[in-house]
Amino acid sequence: MTVHTGQSTAKAAGEGARGRGRATGERPGRLRRALSTHWYAWTMVAPVVIVLGVIVGWPLGRGIYLSLTDANERNVGRTIGANHIDATYKFVGLDNYVDVLSDPVFVQRLTWTVVWTVCCVSTTFLLGLVLANMLNRQFRGRAAYRMMLILPWAVPGFVSVFAWRFLFNRDNGLLNKVLDGGGISAVPWLDDPTWAKFSVIAVNVWLGVPFMMVALLGGLQSIPGELYEAAEMDGAGPWKRFLYITVPGLRAVSSTVILLSTIWTFNMFPVIFLLTRGGPGDSTEILVTQAFRQAFVESPRDFAGSATWGVLILAVLMIFAFVYRRSLRKQGEVW
Amino acid sequence: MRRGIAATALVATLALAATACGDSDSGDSGEKKSSGELSGTVTWWDTSNDTEKATFKKIAEDFHAQHPKVTVKYVNVPYGDAQNKIKNAFSSGSDAPDVIRADVGWVADFASLGYLDKVPDAKAKEVDSAFLKQAAASGKYDGQMYAVPQVIDTLGLFYNKKMLKDAGVEPPKTLEEVKTAAAAIKSKTGKTGLYLRGDDSYWFLPFIYGEGGDLVDAKNKKVTVDSPAGVKAFKAARDLVTSGAAITNATDGWNNMETAFKSGKVAMMVNGPWAVADAYAGDEFKDKANLGIAAVPAGSAAQGAPQGGHDLAVYAGSKNRDASHAFVDYLTSQTVQVQTTKALSLLPTRTAAYDQPDVKSNEMVQFFKPAVDKAVERAWIPENGALFEPLKLQFTKAVTGASSPEDAAKASATAFHKILKDWK
Repeated sequence: MTVHTGQSTAKAAGEGARGRGRATGERPGRLRRALSTHWYAWTMVAPVVIVLGVIVGWPLGRGIYLSLTDANERNVGRTIGANHIDATYKFVGLDNYVDVLSDPVFVQRLTWTVVWTVCCVSTTFLLGLVLANMLNRQFRGRAAYRMMLILPWAVPGFVSVFAWRFLFNRDNGLLNKVLDGGGISAVPWLDDPTWAKFSVIAVNVWLGVPFMMVALLGGLQSIPGELYEAAEMDGAGPWKRFLYITVPGLRAVSSTVILLSTIWTFNMFPVIFLLTRGGPGDSTEILVTQAFRQAFVESPRDFAGSATWGVLILAVLMIFAFVYRRSLRKQGEVW
Repeated sequence: MRRGIAATALVATLALAATACGDSDSGDSGEKKSSGELSGTVTWWDTSNDTEKATFKKIAEDFHAQHPKVTVKYVNVPYGDAQNKIKNAFSSGSDAPDVIRADVGWVADFASLGYLDKVPDAKAKEVDSAFLKQAAASGKYDGQMYAVPQVIDTLGLFYNKKMLKDAGVEPPKTLEEVKTAAAAIKSKTGKTGLYLRGDDSYWFLPFIYGEGGDLVDAKNKKVTVDSPAGVKAFKAARDLVTSGAAITNATDGWNNMETAFKSGKVAMMVNGPWAVADAYAGDEFKDKANLGIAAVPAGSAAQGAPQGGHDLAVYAGSKNRDASHAFVDYLTSQTVQVQTTKALSLLPTRTAAYDQPDVKSNEMVQFFKPAVDKAVERAWIPENGALFEPLKLQFTKAVTGASSPEDAAKASATAFHKILKDWK
């Protein structure tokens, strides 16, 4: 273990020093050599590594540890004024994982989380692509349009979600008032399981489109105009130009934004929690809100169970990222 | 990717190192013995609703007049988030309030976690002798008193006198009568009969009491929510919605209920004294006499509503416990209780307060006091508050038709068994 980590730290240090020249390196005994040669790099890297270790590594390690115990609100150690209560939780191995994975609730939550992620990401991506293409040409007031389309992104998330919650209110919301004017009877936006699912997806798409649009617009602008000119000379119509120039030209950008967007949507806590609190019942509960529910809403707070869900979410996302990367590599992307 | 592995390994190593030296104690052993005069700041987290909070803020700040060196910091925490926020603050100790207003169902939970400071002996004795017995019981855990009752309440049927008169019906006494009354209201005025709160499981209690059941049988350590009475209770609630007698919501229930009742969209709602001040603020109740209150409609077996209320408790980690206890003492004094009854129609917890003319003449108190005396006292177990979250899930599902009454009852029982580990 020590040797292994030692080598990897040396490697990391070597990487850090790359900028200054990389003449030394590949011979055996390089730990020592790396130390003496790259002490400066070590010092430079140290703060970042320590900060990362504290803000990422420590909670992560602690979370994984908790998921292997039976820790809850009643048995963790705490000091309240004069009362000191010792921790009494114990290591239970993989029991929590067995419990969660054998519970049908996990499959329900996972299925809905996947459906929610796929719907949100595909819709945002398509809408973003359309809008980016529309905004990528010259017309009057283009800057104003761009500003307006970025607006959802500029408003703090919880503010817009609360605004939507008011709009969606079945009895007193604006949306139903408008529909009522058109003779359509009240739609139970947040009161019916299916409608609630539709509503949360709609709000998340609304929030996610600006990011997609801006990223894809950047991608579009990096495609050289000459390609389009040449294609036009060769007689390619707009659809063919889109298919054979725009789409391949956007591949690098879109693969990244889709990955990012998938991870964000998968863990999109605020939209679900603030809009429906996972309801009605538990019909819009995704994996992260479930983890939150166990750790903070239910009582006694089940820290171990919640950590287990957290670790499972991490595992699912890591598998996804791995598969995604491999499929990209097969298509010849370097990432 | 190579870079990735190296970096991950490095982070992991450091994380392990951090674990080793990460157990730092942030012990605030603020035990300040004040000599004689009280001083410092007392932060009070109050959970009263929007129409009540101004009154309580004023009352809290008046404490300053009695103890010039004590500053009271009044913070209003919305009731819905309060249990969570209090737990967060109490467990971390940072920015924690000194005094909280806790629902009677939370006290045993907080006390069992060691968050609450015991009520001083003298005050505990006073509570035992001068306060309503069922109110005093709510502040106790394990034989010790951890909280002083501030207000007591139960649910009642609020109705719009004019709308009921227009429809030619009397306030319904049973759920069957609710349905016939609602039908009459619909045909005569076009409005809905009842608003049924579907997103809060507290409103499920009258249904299950009405069928002669209860959530749990604390004496015999038995979960009873899935008994035949429990199933019937879920059925009765769902039946009100499917028959069109009631409307409900799965979200924003409180606001929708208040708006619907205040604007005359529904003729009746089930609610407690805390909603009286808000109801009076509505257009329909500009003439206060239009608001009528009756007992919660009975089910097929009995009539019952839960005893609720709020207690005041002091945080065990408070740096200013003497002043905090004095503040609680002040808030539960007879003068303040009479004052809140006069302003907000809330029910005092002191027996003697009911002899005061301001309390005696209050129409809401006249109804609610006998109702409170009859109210079903819940088992004051630490798990009390914990039962409502899983129950809410199933109640909403049953009321909106997402799951059958039988399934809802069964699922609630399964969840209860998880909380009450060794119960039958």
